[in-house]
Amino acid sequence: MRLLNAIWHGTFSHGVHPPQYKEETAQRPIRRLPFAPRMVLPLNQHIGRPALPRVVAGQEIWRGEPIAEADGHLSVPLHAPVSGVVESIRLMPTAQGPKAQAIVVHTYAADSQEVRYGTAQELDTMTPAELIMAVQQAGLVGLGGAAFPSHVKLSAPSDRTIDTLLANGCECEPFLTTDHRAMLEQTADLIRGIGIAMRATGAKQAVIGVEDNKPDVIHHLQQAVAQHADITVAVVRTKYPQGAEKLLIKATFGREVPSGGHSYDVGVVSHNVGTLAAMGRLLPQGQGLIERVITVAGPGIDQAGNYLVAIGTPLRFILEQLGLKDGDNEVITGGPMMGSAVASLDVPVTKGTSGILVLNRAAIEQEHRKIHHCIKCARCVQACPMHLNPSYLGLLAAQHDYQSMEQGYHLNDCFECGACSYVCPAGIPLVQYFRIAKAINREQRSKVA
Amino acid sequence: MAQRPQHIELRTSPHLHQADSVETIMRNVVYALLPLCGYAVYQFGLSALALILVVTITCMATEQLFNHLSSRANTLTDASAIITGLLLALTLPPGFPLWMGAVAGFVAIALGKALFGGLGCNLFNPALVGRAFVQAAFPTAISSWTPAFFSGRFSQFVPSSLALPFTHPVDVGGWSQAVADGFSGATPLALHKFEGLTTPVMELFTGSVAGSSGETSALLILICGSYLALRRMLDWRIPVAILGSAALLSALLQLLSPSNPDPLFMLFSGGLMLGAVFMATDMVGSPVTPLGVWVYGLLIGSLTIIIRIYGGLNEGVMYAILLANAASPLIEAVTQPRIYGRSNQGGNHDA
Repeated sequence: MRLLNAIWHGTFSHGVHPPQYKEETAQRPIRRLPFAPRMVLPLNQHIGRPALPRVVAGQEIWRGEPIAEADGHLSVPLHAPVSGVVESIRLMPTAQGPKAQAIVVHTYAADSQEVRYGTAQELDTMTPAELIMAVQQAGLVGLGGAAFPSHVKLSAPSDRTIDTLLANGCECEPFLTTDHRAMLEQTADLIRGIGIAMRATGAKQAVIGVEDNKPDVIHHLQQAVAQHADITVAVVRTKYPQGAEKLLIKATFGREVPSGGHSYDVGVVSHNVGTLAAMGRLLPQGQGLIERVITVAGPGIDQAGNYLVAIGTPLRFILEQLGLKDGDNEVITGGPMMGSAVASLDVPVTKGTSGILVLNRAAIEQEHRKIHHCIKCARCVQACPMHLNPSYLGLLAAQHDYQSMEQGYHLNDCFECGACSYVCPAGIPLVQYFRIAKAINREQRSKVA
Repeated sequence: MAQRPQHIELRTSPHLHQADSVETIMRNVVYALLPLCGYAVYQFGLSALALILVVTITCMATEQLFNHLSSRANTLTDASAIITGLLLALTLPPGFPLWMGAVAGFVAIALGKALFGGLGCNLFNPALVGRAFVQAAFPTAISSWTPAFFSGRFSQFVPSSLALPFTHPVDVGGWSQAVADGFSGATPLALHKFEGLTTPVMELFTGSVAGSSGETSALLILICGSYLALRRMLDWRIPVAILGSAALLSALLQLLSPSNPDPLFMLFSGGLMLGAVFMATDMVGSPVTPLGVWVYGLLIGSLTIIIRIYGGLNEGVMYAILLANAASPLIEAVTQPRIYGRSNQGGNHDA
């Protein structure tokens, strides 16, 4: 086992190597975009219970003001991204698909838009429980795309000991470079955030995991953490999906998170570097999360780059600012491997939106595939980072045998990275089959229960 | 301000795919087989050329016929029928009557592939199904070998090639003696098995011996196979497992009884090289699990040697591969990989 770990040090087995497409934006510093005239703030931007609105239509709100509060532990509050007036609270389209309740805000165009809320907090004297509470009050969620409430990840059960905080700076999705820029430009915030998370969890050491395709980041961080004895930089091999928490834990520590378990079961708490930087920036001032960095890229956009945008900004506004090229496009929120195509440009940027990709007709056609029967080439089996058998799961899905997929072939260990669909020469939408199968199984279970 | 896009494309993730498609993989296998066909024609002349064309065209026609009967779209574009045709032709004796070649091609596609549901659904390698059928149906013709590099091979057919359908082909023994002095009409494997004569390994390696059209030059097969393996369109582990286990087992058997042939002879004679590199690696018939691939290869390698030494036939690759094709689903079932975060394997119903 030790020998195996030595061989696999710095990576996990299987995975794929999609083209990076990061050169275009990786060297472009973060720029701020103007405020859109109308902001849309869905109440369910995070995983868990939707936030409860605390404003009414017609009410004036100020940038940074809490406008919705957390509904229980697995929920986070929402803060006003702009000063303006609440137009209404109603169902609005979201990037995830179904419409959701959202606070729609009309922006005051002439306002200075300075953040007027938040009181400085003395973090050094706070207990771990108070720190975790403060993280929740800041409305922080995983900014890498998952949008899981950060304070929940920080609060491990009392019977688990956390020894390590893992800062995830892999950013393995092609095109995306927000974490890349955050690590270069928000280094002090990141290190402060790491300190806060370590105190909240009781972790003795922190490791920043970075893929070896970002040598500038690695060099920069190694200098930055030189005076912090408890923070180290771990260089991992560039491979998709290296940024998946379970695989990064395997790559950096050789530990395997048990199936159905959590990272704290192996003594690790992990956070995206962007989330930690936001934590380090917002908590000392007692402010909430109202803006984030996104990568806007792809062949269908004129001015690709990394932009600081207010949460709630509609995609159409951003794309018009940056020059959306004419013609047929596919607009994707998130990365090209796991992101979802949007049906309308009126959907807003939410806390979990890591990027906007615009693929033009040529790029779409290049990806067009004729679907064949599975020829059992085994490429998906060699790609699956969880070592599942996507080939067989796909055959079972074609027979609608969703029960066997789950019970015999561990469908629920699949985290939908899409590596199987990426390599499939037969063009079988494997990961889509698996999403459908999981949804049907969930539905069956809720019917029985 | 940019115009609204007229149309927004909606697809599910991932939005990127790697370039290889079924068509490109199959096309590359055809490319890799073409040098073997070229060498077969160079070695055996007109008869080999005619045989390759007849078998391949029959395979394509049969594929199209079944597409028509089952109202399915044209599948010739995926080139898999061409592969079956080329592979099948390469395993037949160069002087094999053309009409029998056509029968083999028809059976390969009809029984080996179309009846199972087409590409991806077949259990066995279609080319070998066709080969096995004619082995049983025409035992004499399939073991009538003609000499390599006989003079006049580009101007005349081997007499048996042009036999009329449903007639007994002429015996080519006398003709072979006439065009190549001292030709025995046997392959190196048969010479060794039935007459105790060993052919020098170098001749086997470069392919200047009697045998089926495409199986005589081990060197060429290895080069063409390496091309596919480097493009990741052929699983290198299968030929390595087959050839390794065949060499090991024959070395062991030679230790036990020195009259058995040596491992190098075993590796480079008969259809083992062609079978290991191009037949056993047929994706549809081989397991998908990493461990299963090794088991599958070991099974073929050792079965081949056992049939060659202890069986009544002098050649065993074809049956070894067909048996392993049949065992492939079972091999897969017991070699499911260990899933991340679990101590047990997938596939066993104990979740």
